[in-house]
Amino acid sequence: MSLIDISGNLLFVAFIAYLVATLLFGGSIKQTNATGKNTGRWGQLAIVVTIIGFLSQLGYFITRWIYTGHAPVSNMFEFTTAFGMFIVGAFILIYFIYRLTALGLVALPVALLIISYAAMFPKEVSPLVPSLQSHWLTIHVITAALGQSILAISAVAGLIYLLKVVDLSKPSKQRFWLEAVMYCLVVVVGFVAVTSTFSAMDYESSYNYVDKEGTSRKIIYNLPPIFGMNEYEVVEEHGMSPLVEMPALINAKKLTTVVWSLLVGSILYLLIRLIARRRISAIFQPLVKRVNLQLLDEVGYRSVLIGFPVFSLGALIFAMIWAQIAWSRFWGWDPKEVWALITWLFYAAFLHLRLSKGWEGRKSAWLALIGFGIILFNLIAVNLILAGLHSYA
Amino acid sequence: MEKIICACGHSNPYGTKLCEKCGRPLTEEEKQNKVVDMRYDGMAIRSKTYNKSFVDKIWNFFSSVKVGISLIITTLIAASIGTLLPQEFYVKASDMEKGAYYADVYGTFGKIYYKLGLSDLYSSWWFQILVGMLAVSIIVASLDRGIPLYKSLKNQRVKRHESFMKRQRIVAEGQVTASAEETLDKVAQKMTEMRYSVRRDGSALLAEKGRFSRYGPYINHVGLIIFLSGVMLRLVPGFYVDESIWVREGETRAIAGMDGYFIENRDFVLETHDNTPQGEQVKQGVNVVAKNFQTDITLYKQPDDALPGDTENLEKVKDYSIRVNHPLKEDGFALYQMDYRLNELKQMNFELINKTTEKSLGEVEIDLTNPKKEYDLGNGSSVQILVYTPDFDGFENGEPQTKTSIPNNPAFLFKMTTPETPEGEVSFVEIMQPPLEPLGENKYRMKFAAAEMRDMSGITVRKDSTIPILFVGGVIFMIGVAIGSYWNHRRLWLQVEPDGRVLMAAHVNKNMFSMKKDLDAVTTFAALPSYNDQLEKDEAGEESTNGGNKEKEGDNTL
Amino acid sequence: MEKKKKRLVLRTVILAVLALAIGYTVYGTATKEKVELVAVGSEAPDFTLVDLNGEKHKLSDYKGQGVFLNFWGTWCKPCEKEMPAMDNQYQVFKDQNVQTLAVNIAQTDFEVQNFVDRYNLTFPVVIDKTKSVMTAYNVGQLPATVLIDPEGKVAKIITGEMTEEDIASYMELVKPK
Repeated sequence: MSLIDISGNLLFVAFIAYLVATLLFGGSIKQTNATGKNTGRWGQLAIVVTIIGFLSQLGYFITRWIYTGHAPVSNMFEFTTAFGMFIVGAFILIYFIYRLTALGLVALPVALLIISYAAMFPKEVSPLVPSLQSHWLTIHVITAALGQSILAISAVAGLIYLLKVVDLSKPSKQRFWLEAVMYCLVVVVGFVAVTSTFSAMDYESSYNYVDKEGTSRKIIYNLPPIFGMNEYEVVEEHGMSPLVEMPALINAKKLTTVVWSLLVGSILYLLIRLIARRRISAIFQPLVKRVNLQLLDEVGYRSVLIGFPVFSLGALIFAMIWAQIAWSRFWGWDPKEVWALITWLFYAAFLHLRLSKGWEGRKSAWLALIGFGIILFNLIAVNLILAGLHSYA
Repeated sequence: MEKIICACGHSNPYGTKLCEKCGRPLTEEEKQNKVVDMRYDGMAIRSKTYNKSFVDKIWNFFSSVKVGISLIITTLIAASIGTLLPQEFYVKASDMEKGAYYADVYGTFGKIYYKLGLSDLYSSWWFQILVGMLAVSIIVASLDRGIPLYKSLKNQRVKRHESFMKRQRIVAEGQVTASAEETLDKVAQKMTEMRYSVRRDGSALLAEKGRFSRYGPYINHVGLIIFLSGVMLRLVPGFYVDESIWVREGETRAIAGMDGYFIENRDFVLETHDNTPQGEQVKQGVNVVAKNFQTDITLYKQPDDALPGDTENLEKVKDYSIRVNHPLKEDGFALYQMDYRLNELKQMNFELINKTTEKSLGEVEIDLTNPKKEYDLGNGSSVQILVYTPDFDGFENGEPQTKTSIPNNPAFLFKMTTPETPEGEVSFVEIMQPPLEPLGENKYRMKFAAAEMRDMSGITVRKDSTIPILFVGGVIFMIGVAIGSYWNHRRLWLQVEPDGRVLMAAHVNKNMFSMKKDLDAVTTFAALPSYNDQLEKDEAGEESTNGGNKEKEGDNTL
Repeated sequence: MEKKKKRLVLRTVILAVLALAIGYTVYGTATKEKVELVAVGSEAPDFTLVDLNGEKHKLSDYKGQGVFLNFWGTWCKPCEKEMPAMDNQYQVFKDQNVQTLAVNIAQTDFEVQNFVDRYNLTFPVVIDKTKSVMTAYNVGQLPATVLIDPEGKVAKIITGEMTEEDIASYMELVKPK
């Protein structure tokens, strides 16, 4: 078995461990009062399994690093997987400060979703282009991802906080948006489900099309095409033909993926609603009934405090140093750079609102969720839609 | 402005919330509060005190944190709008064609985007003013808060009034069995053990730890301001040079922006990884990946007294291989490998052949960087170049024209002389075209034999003297943020009456969780009455009372 | 009251300095792109180049004379058009202490010589092989003409094509009085 196979297996073990740990955390919450401090046997087992998973994923990370010769953070698959790993790491760190088992119940599923999302990108080892051949790749990307992961924990705490305090018995804006967050999580599941299903079937349809610069190109769909590229012609088609042709400005392949994910996600969501006869938020609410709100608020705030300096260092300062070396200017208003700045400004506003306007509790929790939304936007949308120097997929 | 005289006799400036000396609440609002607002330790925030003149009004506007936050959010939204479409400097179109480019590629939306100036948003006047206002807000708000806070923390009294103590978040009250002196000693011992600095004043005690963390936000603001002023300095002539030049292999060129320096491109190297895309990579369109872009150069410098154009006595500075991520640094300048073009014609070889017999009379090698007037082939044959156009573009008045000075489409007017044709024959030869024979049918022709190519390197010349300033700003910012985030300011006040009644209060600017561990330790050790978290009681009712939406002032202090 | 006054002055000064800084930034960015060639009125950068006959021409050697400095290339159509007119006026003004100097931008000797022969140009033509004079004068578009007065200062900059009358009037402009 070669090193890269071992690496893959370790990642798989980590995935399973996180899955098991999630269930164990669920059990621990039912069993104990979950206010921290006195963790039950389930909780102890859960954190042990989480740590095993984390170490296994660390093993994946290190073996892949050795195999490829560079830090495995150079493409969408590698970066996103590492991001998932760092979230688990940040969770473990915060867990040992506050002993709050409820965090695991949300942090691990989020990490699982992120790692599954990562798995939808090509996993093959690809060599580095010249601009990435630098030690700053390791330093900048790992620090930035670490900062983002710690910030993500505040969103985890915020989500639990809201699940507990939002009154789900009568209609309100907060109830709607909380359910919207849950729906988004289900859509990610939908994306993973539809992508892996068709990839298991080796689905492929290919077309020739004309891009926005007027040159003729070929594109391969891995999902049955709903939308066709600009002036597309069939090369090889299976199952279905595109229903609508899109203008050159819109990447119909990506749109197809988005629509498939929404479609499958919505079906899943409806199924859950039908079977449980409740909102998803309402399914989770009993699980977090006994968490200590003040402690959650503190965790949310503390993780921003811990994460913000790390993020500033990694995503702005180290980024600028590297950009000066590689691209001759420390700042170039590339979309990825701008969105890192936006993230930074957002959390700066978060801290100021909290410190001087007293936005604690619910407001702080909502802000933490929005902040995580910005981080995910920078990871997903900026890479896939707003093409710039940072697009690696 | 009138002073506020506290019950203890101290005279406080207008706007003070808590007496500077004893801590008694001075405003009605604070008297009503169960837990006082400790954000600036109750000091008068300067902006709140004077509001007379126009200047004061502007000052107060920028001093407001609310305004600061609004500016942050506005900047954030503005910055995000700039990412909707690629900015102009990423668009490959000349200045004239940019408007048309946006309209063509992005339709009506692109047209509006361009018209509104959003395609060059980050250098627009309004975006710069926005960032400038943010800087003003940072400076003014920090001055207004930081200075009073510093004074207040520096002049802290040990003994505080009961009304101050009882309005802290953590309060304990009760009897102790030990003597006053003994209790104070024990508390002092334990707190010192936990690295608090302890001060005593009679029967009162103040234990304090991590005061410097209160200055973190101000330190990081100083760093930000230094950074922003560094960015501004780039506009001052001489601080910032940004040029780019193309250098062909074998060429020596003056370096734009870097007076007196010359660069010779000895070789351009392009290497690719020997990876074969496989599996999913093929599906996703992964191509062979470039491994290295490199220009081997020699850097020359003129003698100090030499003039531009005088290239006779160039002194070699160094040989270097400029690669991506490895710029050449010299004299405050850095040269970057930024671009390349492969395969420009450098030399063309032609054979002089007899059209009927196809027999060659010899080969001429024309160095396009230095064509000669005449090439002698020996045995009575020679070739003369009458006209050379590097980028042939048709005839005008019978004269061949060139579009540029770059050999994209070289053409020659040859005069071929052989023993058989001693008067010479004229032939116009263009690359990839049959020769033209303007003076009638020829017996000989120039047959293209071979060509030599050379590559071109795009080099960016950069000098940025503001980098050290930016670096210092960045370091100060990081120190400030770290101090403010990773440390906290903990204080414990204790007063023991002779009859054994103890009053204790504690404050921490963040992370009450850790403070409570300290409190637990000292309470146990010195057998103090157990403490109360006055906010925790409030919080228990969060769900039922008002849903927690009450706009309460934060306990977290800057 | 004294304290209050001091504070007002301090605030005014701080705000004024900041406003100036912002103003400078906005102004600086707006004018950044428009820097072209050398500034009129400034000292013309001295240089030395070799002409087709191997003779050295140093700008400062022409102090006391006006200099008509023309940057050109054989591929540049307007340059080509104005060359014969320049040569005519050169003949007129060369005895009135106005020197004409044509700087070719890094072309081969062969092309430049060919061009000079074709138009029978008599004024000195130098080749800026390393583009260092072009860089020193920050020349972008061709043709570009820099008029240098007898004191060695830049009197006028002309970008784009000139008619023979233009050329005559420009030479008149830098003629020593």
